[in-house]
Amino acid sequence: MVEITIRKRPRTEAVVTQRKFFKKTARGKVIKVLRERYLRDDVCCGIHSCSICADSASSVLPSAGSLNHPMFPDGHIVLPDTNVFLAQMDLMESNLFNPPMILLQTVMEEVRHRSLPLYNRLKALVKADEKTVWVFYNEYRSETAVIREEGESPNDRNDRGIRKSASWYNTHISLSRLPVRGQAARPLPMVVLLTDDVANRQKADKEGIQCVSVRKYVESMKDSGKLLDLLSTPGSDDVEPTKAVAARQVLYPDYLPLSTLLAGIKSGHLHQGHFNANQYNYLEGNVSVSGFDKPVLLIGRENMNRAVQGDIVAIEVFDESEWKAPADEVVDQETTLKNDDAEESEEESDDKKTIAERRVLQAGFSKPQASAKQPTGRVIGIIKRNWRSYVCHIDSSSLTSSNATSLSQQTVFATPVSRLLPRIRLRTRQAPTLLGQKILVTIDRWDRTSRYPEGHFVRALGNVESKEAEQESLLLEFDVPYRPFGKAILDCLPSEGDRWVVPPKSASSPEWRDREDLRDLVICSIDPPGCQDIDDALHARPLPNGNIEAGVHIADVSHFVLPDNPMDNEAAARGTTVYLVDKRIDMLPALLGTNLCSLRPRVERLAFSVIWELTPDAEIVNVRFTKSVIASKSAFTYEEAQIRKDDPNLNDDTTQSIRLLNSLARKLKAGRMAAGALNLASPEVKIQLDSAESSDPIDVAQKELRETNSLVEEFMLLANVSVAGKIQGAFPQTAVLRRHLPPPRSNFEKLQDILQKRKGIPLDVSSSAVLAASLDKCVDPSEPAFNTLVRIMATRCMLSAEYFCSGSVARDTFGHYGLASPIYTHFTSPIRRYADVLVHRQLAAAISYSPLHATLHSKAHVERVLDVVNRRHRMAQMAGRASVEFYVGLALKARGERQGSTEEAFVIRTFRNGLAVYVSKLGIEGLVTFKREIQFDPDAYTITIPSSDESTTIAVFDKVSVKIEVEKDKNTQRGRVKMTLISPVDSRNL
Amino acid sequence: MSSRIEILNDGGYRSDGRRQYELRSIDIDMSPQGTADGCAVVSHGLTQVQVCVFGPREARKRAETLHDRAVLNVEVGVLPFSAGERRRRGRADRRILELAASIKSTFEPVIQTSLYPRSQIDIFVSVLAQDGGLLQACINATSVALASAGIALGDLVCAVSGGVHGTFPLLDLSALEEGDLPNVTVAITPRSGKVTLVTLETRLHVDRFGEVFARACEAGRVIHTEMRRAVRARTSKLVDAMGAGTKGTGEEDVERDVLMSEINDF
Repeated sequence: MVEITIRKRPRTEAVVTQRKFFKKTARGKVIKVLRERYLRDDVCCGIHSCSICADSASSVLPSAGSLNHPMFPDGHIVLPDTNVFLAQMDLMESNLFNPPMILLQTVMEEVRHRSLPLYNRLKALVKADEKTVWVFYNEYRSETAVIREEGESPNDRNDRGIRKSASWYNTHISLSRLPVRGQAARPLPMVVLLTDDVANRQKADKEGIQCVSVRKYVESMKDSGKLLDLLSTPGSDDVEPTKAVAARQVLYPDYLPLSTLLAGIKSGHLHQGHFNANQYNYLEGNVSVSGFDKPVLLIGRENMNRAVQGDIVAIEVFDESEWKAPADEVVDQETTLKNDDAEESEEESDDKKTIAERRVLQAGFSKPQASAKQPTGRVIGIIKRNWRSYVCHIDSSSLTSSNATSLSQQTVFATPVSRLLPRIRLRTRQAPTLLGQKILVTIDRWDRTSRYPEGHFVRALGNVESKEAEQESLLLEFDVPYRPFGKAILDCLPSEGDRWVVPPKSASSPEWRDREDLRDLVICSIDPPGCQDIDDALHARPLPNGNIEAGVHIADVSHFVLPDNPMDNEAAARGTTVYLVDKRIDMLPALLGTNLCSLRPRVERLAFSVIWELTPDAEIVNVRFTKSVIASKSAFTYEEAQIRKDDPNLNDDTTQSIRLLNSLARKLKAGRMAAGALNLASPEVKIQLDSAESSDPIDVAQKELRETNSLVEEFMLLANVSVAGKIQGAFPQTAVLRRHLPPPRSNFEKLQDILQKRKGIPLDVSSSAVLAASLDKCVDPSEPAFNTLVRIMATRCMLSAEYFCSGSVARDTFGHYGLASPIYTHFTSPIRRYADVLVHRQLAAAISYSPLHATLHSKAHVERVLDVVNRRHRMAQMAGRASVEFYVGLALKARGERQGSTEEAFVIRTFRNGLAVYVSKLGIEGLVTFKREIQFDPDAYTITIPSSDESTTIAVFDKVSVKIEVEKDKNTQRGRVKMTLISPVDSRNL
Repeated sequence: MSSRIEILNDGGYRSDGRRQYELRSIDIDMSPQGTADGCAVVSHGLTQVQVCVFGPREARKRAETLHDRAVLNVEVGVLPFSAGERRRRGRADRRILELAASIKSTFEPVIQTSLYPRSQIDIFVSVLAQDGGLLQACINATSVALASAGIALGDLVCAVSGGVHGTFPLLDLSALEEGDLPNVTVAITPRSGKVTLVTLETRLHVDRFGEVFARACEAGRVIHTEMRRAVRARTSKLVDAMGAGTKGTGEEDVERDVLMSEINDF
């Protein structure tokens, strides 16, 4: 029984407890807002064994404070101001910075108003195990609540509130530890206000509150060297006066104020969109905005005006006479700006550089533009920065002294791994030691006077090309959460651990409630070799009436992962398991993923089964869904299953079941293809690792596809479609589904044009069925790989599939374009995809097995979860691909040491000074650049290389052979694949 | 924007500094207003409602009288300045009619109408200020006003609103919380333990309903003690003023009475 009380709010306190203000809505209406607040005396101070505060059981702050700081020998507790969190979050998050900390409610709310991402980091910080942070709700405590005074700005009010809390804490501590007579008075710990606001510090000094700036505090700490680098640049202002900032040349136009931008966007003369940098040309970027079919092109630094990949920017579109086509040239930041100096001496190098850049830009413009023009524009303001931490290398050429022991502060360049980002200027004392390492860097600001953004060092990841560093940098770059699972999450696992088994069948056991006993069925699983998380298994058997019963059994993850517990929340945040070449980042703890939920052979496991009755022609007669207990008879790899199926000597139950499944799968596939499903291709290669321990790649091979791959795929598709129909019927508002929107026609225009011009093959894209048929016709008898290449290029023109909540979009957009299915979802891999877990829960509710959790009734909640899952899914794919790329690089290097590697490649794009080629054997794309002038025909997609005897023309889709080498960039340590043309012409000396 | 305000923060505080099960400050004023037979101004936090009761008296229209019991007539007026947005609501406004109907149906079984045949009891509700929990305030004020008018009641009716944030039940919602959370209003007669009204205008999951409902019923009893205290204080003040009451301060009496009533009630 809980205690219900009435909080009294005496009239006499109304001045403090009641607030009235007027606000104007977007429509211009004035609304009166009345708020009250209840001040209380039971807000706990959080100091351990405090004699005044009643419930100090949960208190975290040590009663003596921290004794580790030389400035405060009597012990202290830190009370940071808002600006500390806004500017120095990396410092606060560092493991080395862990004094006991009081976080005021005022500070939290201020951070929340200023930046939501920072607020989320702050919240994570409060919960972190290695930090001692106490949140003090000062606005609700009667002694520390403040009200805004006449003429006081909200900022000043908050500062005053923070100071008031600080002084309250100090009196509170002295009151709670009154000196005992006869004993020497113990020194009292001090609450120290940590702030970078000079005005606030002065006021605090006047009021007698101990306060200190962040830099000063950190400088006198023990590990100051490492921590000082974490300080972001604004904090350094008062220490070293910067060199005559005003005198520096303004390089970029100023941003317009936000209100002007918003008004402009509303009125339609400005546009808002995400800024996308061009990975081939650092002087070019584009922004997709509604109102223009093609993205708006931003050419040149001034027009891009300090926008960084991912920022939401406001742009102004130029007059149509200034519209241009994108440059056809590859411009590399490193080569063009190699000699740029990281120190502030902009003026000298300025001329040379701008000239070089101008030449590049001019070259692009002067040439007659026959191909379609794109709108151009310039950035005139930033709506929202989307800066995060970037993985970078230190540019060795920017170092002034590479003496390894030098601890002097230097300004260096950090080159991000991603080609989409500008170099970041960085001040550090550890530059020599960081050379040759991957480091994490955060951008702090980008001034008008600075050519490059300024940032600070966050932490080192490890040596370049060491697998750990590469792995971690991949995970960071794609924002994959990879921390080990915390205690709260592991506590949600069954207490028996790996000894958990399905209990013996009995009516009373909760596991067996409403479960079918399918342990006698001949069920087997077919997976890739080495698969540990087996989440699906199959069976088929003939029925007496001539039909066939086929079943798909999926691990019953939702039995273990209950809604809304820490494990569920973590899984929802991770969204998906990420597969790198040599590592798997699990969505669920390994105990579940690889053991309790994994449908391992000859072990009883809980499952969620979809069982069809199919006619021999694979028509569905009947389908049912049930929770079950199964015991898989065997686990095959694709290869084993294939061999077993093809071996005429084998006739046991399992083999017959596989044959039966296979015959059905073929019919299902035929049916699907007839309905217009696309057979797409993506470059998939397999890295062969030497051995499990060393994980040195030895070779790269194309993935082989067998009949049994298709067998499993067909049944999974069938299960997904059946389940999608069921949950959509049961929960029309909140069903978790997956769709693939048909691509807009314009996406195919370029590919159609190339195909028509180069090969004379028309491509009809009016529907998925027609496209499938027309892709089948794209064959070059002399070149079998050509068809695959076209499929890959067609796949790139399409949109990506996404999860959605059925109530949030129109019914007619549910379809899955690629699969040509009117409805689809993901049900079959709950161990590695969170959407499947949600689908399991909904299906369980749809068959009345268990009630649906409250959160799955809320459309808003489902949408929010799916947004995260969609993003994670995309990131996981990219991380996986990047990991393969890295290993391909390593393999090439290993191969290159033995002999130079020459491969056949297809030209997929032509530039004015180079070619983009695709090496199908390795699944990689590369760039061949020519230093010499060549003739380029953008309309025919050809380049012509003149030479003394005869000139050679190379066109898109031509087969060339390239020499592939891995070359290490001396400056950035970035190992990268370098390709040179061998035939038809040797480009090594071009 | 309301999305910027946390309904229930990690420290367990709501946006106005209350905890989950803390009700807002209640103020009950029973001083007479004009010619009304009974009246009360009740405020829950910043929601304030005035109720005037006339009757039992002869009905204006003969046709509406019932020969065996009294007729209830409830009229609700919402003052234009009561809410954030200044708006004049007509008498025929749907929401107001519904409010009146709920008040009427809440009190019909509680007022012993059969004691007053062929008469009419008028209840005029005016909403002075709104900050969530309008229905609860109306019912509580009507309850007290009826008591002050001396009309025979089976019991005082006590109403409380409750909502659910995630899986946490909250009691006595402010306007801010009401806009964000599914909420119920429950009115009980604490002496008999009966529930005379449950309204749910939003969607609330069945699994959550039970707990909120139970909490709201408990909170109803807390409000009941508060109401009795107010009624008792008012009465003893009147008795003192007549100079014919018992000696001793009213306060002590009130305290004892509260204890007694708790023994009776539970």
